Amino acid sequence: MKTATGYQGIPRWIYAVAAVGGLLVVLPLVAMLAKVNWPQFVPLITSESSLAALGLSLRTSAASTVLCIVLGIPLALVLARGEFPGQRLLRAFVLLPLVLPPVVGGIALLYTFGRQGLLGKSLEAAGIQIAFSTTAVVLAQTFVALPFLVVSLEGALRSAGNRYEAVAATLGARPTTVLRRVTLPLVLPGLASGAVLSFARSLGEFGATLTFAGSLEGVTRTLPLEIYLQRETDADAAVALSLVLVAVAVAVVGLSYGARRSSTPAEVRP
Amino acid sequence: MRTLRLKKCIVGMSVALGLAGALTACGATAPAATPTSNSGASQLSGTVTVFAAASLKATFTQLAKDFEAKNPGTKVTLSFAGSSDLVTQISQGAPADVFASADTKNMTKLADAKLLDGTATNFATNVLEIAVPPSNPASISSLADLAKPGVKVVTCASQVPCGAATETVEKASGITLSPVSEESSVTDVLGKVTSGEADAGLVYVTDVKGAGDKVMGVPFPESDAAVNTYPIATVSSSQNKELAVAFIASVTSEAGKKVLGDAGFGAP
Amino acid sequence: MTFELQASLRSRNFEMSLSLKDGETVAILGPNGAGKSTLLGVIAGLLRPDSGSARIGDKELFNLDGGTHLWSPPHLRGTALLAQEALLFPHLNALDNVAFGPRSAGASTAAARETAHHWLEEVDAANLAKRKPAQLSGGQAQRVAVARALAAEPELLLLDEPMAALDIHAAPLLRRVLKRVLQDRKAIIVTHDVLDAYMLADRVIVVEKGHITEVGATRQVLERPRSHFAAGLAGLNLVTGTITEDGITTPDGRVFAGHHDSGWSPSPGQAGVAAFPPSSVSVFLGDVHGSPRNSFPVTITDLEPHGDQIRVRAGDSAQALSADITPAASADLGLVPGMDVRFVVKSALVSVYPA
Repeated sequence: MKTATGYQGIPRWIYAVAAVGGLLVVLPLVAMLAKVNWPQFVPLITSESSLAALGLSLRTSAASTVLCIVLGIPLALVLARGEFPGQRLLRAFVLLPLVLPPVVGGIALLYTFGRQGLLGKSLEAAGIQIAFSTTAVVLAQTFVALPFLVVSLEGALRSAGNRYEAVAATLGARPTTVLRRVTLPLVLPGLASGAVLSFARSLGEFGATLTFAGSLEGVTRTLPLEIYLQRETDADAAVALSLVLVAVAVAVVGLSYGARRSSTPAEVRP
Repeated sequence: MRTLRLKKCIVGMSVALGLAGALTACGATAPAATPTSNSGASQLSGTVTVFAAASLKATFTQLAKDFEAKNPGTKVTLSFAGSSDLVTQISQGAPADVFASADTKNMTKLADAKLLDGTATNFATNVLEIAVPPSNPASISSLADLAKPGVKVVTCASQVPCGAATETVEKASGITLSPVSEESSVTDVLGKVTSGEADAGLVYVTDVKGAGDKVMGVPFPESDAAVNTYPIATVSSSQNKELAVAFIASVTSEAGKKVLGDAGFGAP
Repeated sequence: MTFELQASLRSRNFEMSLSLKDGETVAILGPNGAGKSTLLGVIAGLLRPDSGSARIGDKELFNLDGGTHLWSPPHLRGTALLAQEALLFPHLNALDNVAFGPRSAGASTAAARETAHHWLEEVDAANLAKRKPAQLSGGQAQRVAVARALAAEPELLLLDEPMAALDIHAAPLLRRVLKRVLQDRKAIIVTHDVLDAYMLADRVIVVEKGHITEVGATRQVLERPRSHFAAGLAGLNLVTGTITEDGITTPDGRVFAGHHDSGWSPSPGQAGVAAFPPSSVSVFLGDVHGSPRNSFPVTITDLEPHGDQIRVRAGDSAQALSADITPAASADLGLVPGMDVRFVVKSALVSVYPA
């Protein structure tokens, strides 16, 4: 891939600044690693409440990732390919959760799906209660994670262009067939990395969940909430669980990069 | 003492990886309080930094204002957070002169770490109260009402002081609650009640008072089983112990008790 | 089942109408930006004109005239498009790329693959079936793309400079393949290459600046070009002017003697053109003896190699002329751009016909 002899055009001092940037991210993780109570590590992370939180986090993150894919693909498509009034505005709103403090997201969700909320009132009348349920956790996670999938996929769609789609259409493929057999396979790497980012973001979601879903073991208390709570009394448990969360996140992000790299050659034309 | 302080700084720095807090603690030479005598309160000067539990925000803000008014030339810097957060910060070298905790447990932690100057003084108590939305949709009038089916109760998680108190009350009264959520802070419990998501929440009397008319308080006799005591003490690394002691004295004075009492705190 | 089209798109200054008989292949020639790709886009349904209509037999592709707004989407038109780049779907192997059309038409996977095999054989690419597009050379990919377009059984095949991106070694094979498969097939091929027009097309349409400037049978257009563009493609000098008894006179007074087409009786005063190959032009220094006709003073603008000859260009673009001479002659004369010389045209090789 990269040849050692090739001219890189990077000034030497850039490496020094880059190293500082890298350390800023890595050093706190190392510091945390140094704080881990290793003899107690396994018992700490396999306690009943820890396992319940980890399991809940993985389940809800998986569910919200699926929801992100289902809702995010159409959103990315209309943003990247569609032409309609208010498109820029829609993009701005979809991306809003990226810059919004999660707590604000939680409050907004509360006033939408809560008992007194915009939709919540009707849902309550229909016998559906979202607040304090696992559904609420998934909704909160989807709210904050959706932009990651949309941004990633929209970028992939834009750089892919629509020439393949035009050819497919002239070959007699209906738009739905084009989407299924051409567009999605073409942007699969972008979709995969978007999904992975969404999963990672869901896994780390804290503020919106705390505000909107509450905190109950096995129902709404995800790993970040458990860490926050353990911190009150048992710093060792909090550190150990943090490490688990970091490990899962690193694994997920690493997988995504690995997958993206292995899928790139298919797109390279000779 | 200078050398001792410096050594602590180095330790603090290596632990906190050169975080800004530690740098400040080392770099800033505390405004030299040059005590000539300790006879008159008017002689006091300088800055006193008070780390206080989040539940003391309203009262301590008032007490600090009163203190500054009574002692011109002094300044009270306040920092509010959860008691355990504050203990962590102080043991990492944060520049606190006074620590006011929401429970004795966290004060003990600091005492065990030899970070206290002298012993702590209890200055207030707090008990639980039921917070309900002003309309009281579930018609809650007693602790037993909270255990009724269909009532959505939110409590603090047992890891935090208000949750521990809730557990104690439950045990003493024999009433078992099944909360829909166990929050890690009083604010989150109140948030669920004020937004109408929950029918009731268990928090401290002072929290109900502090929330104003957004919630209504329902006192219950079983709360006597868990009286929470607030201790206050001087931090050993304080650069201005005289001022620290004076501030503590003002908290425990009659005027201080009045401010605390108005906010719902009980006398120790 | 004839194809008829009439369309205009004001934003691109595009207005064309054309028709194709059954089994006819038409080559569209024209300079860059003349509207060739716009034409294909409009036919394929990828570009919507302001007005016009198009139909293949009874099937209307679009009709935007007289208040009607019929616009058939690309996938219902039966107009497969083959572009300059093969654009094979990178995630499918060659076979499945070719099977794409039949599958979209509802065939089972097995049936579609069988059809695909047949078409891969047609383009001499059966051995490439299992390869992914990334493993194909440009020429191989383009042949697979031809098979893919044909497998969709288009009623009208659109080819947008299919040879342009290929290296000179790959083009002949594809050209042979196209000649075979375009036999008896309705197709429109946009090209820059006169060879494509000769080999593949029954008819040539020259477009310039969004409009059709010349239409005719391939031989006729290339041997008797009336537009500078067609003449340039055919490698001929073209001069426009007024017909005289034995040639034409240009507006600037130059006289070109030549022979009129047999079976055509010229009427003097009529607008006409004279065409002659650069090889019929000789270059001299200074004054020349003999007939003053067909002898013109010019200033050399360019010298460039052309096969084993040197092409000498002279004059401004509207009345530019070229002469082909041997490198030895060029060296003897010491030709350089900017030099004033005299071009002498052999009248026996000058064709004169109406514009």
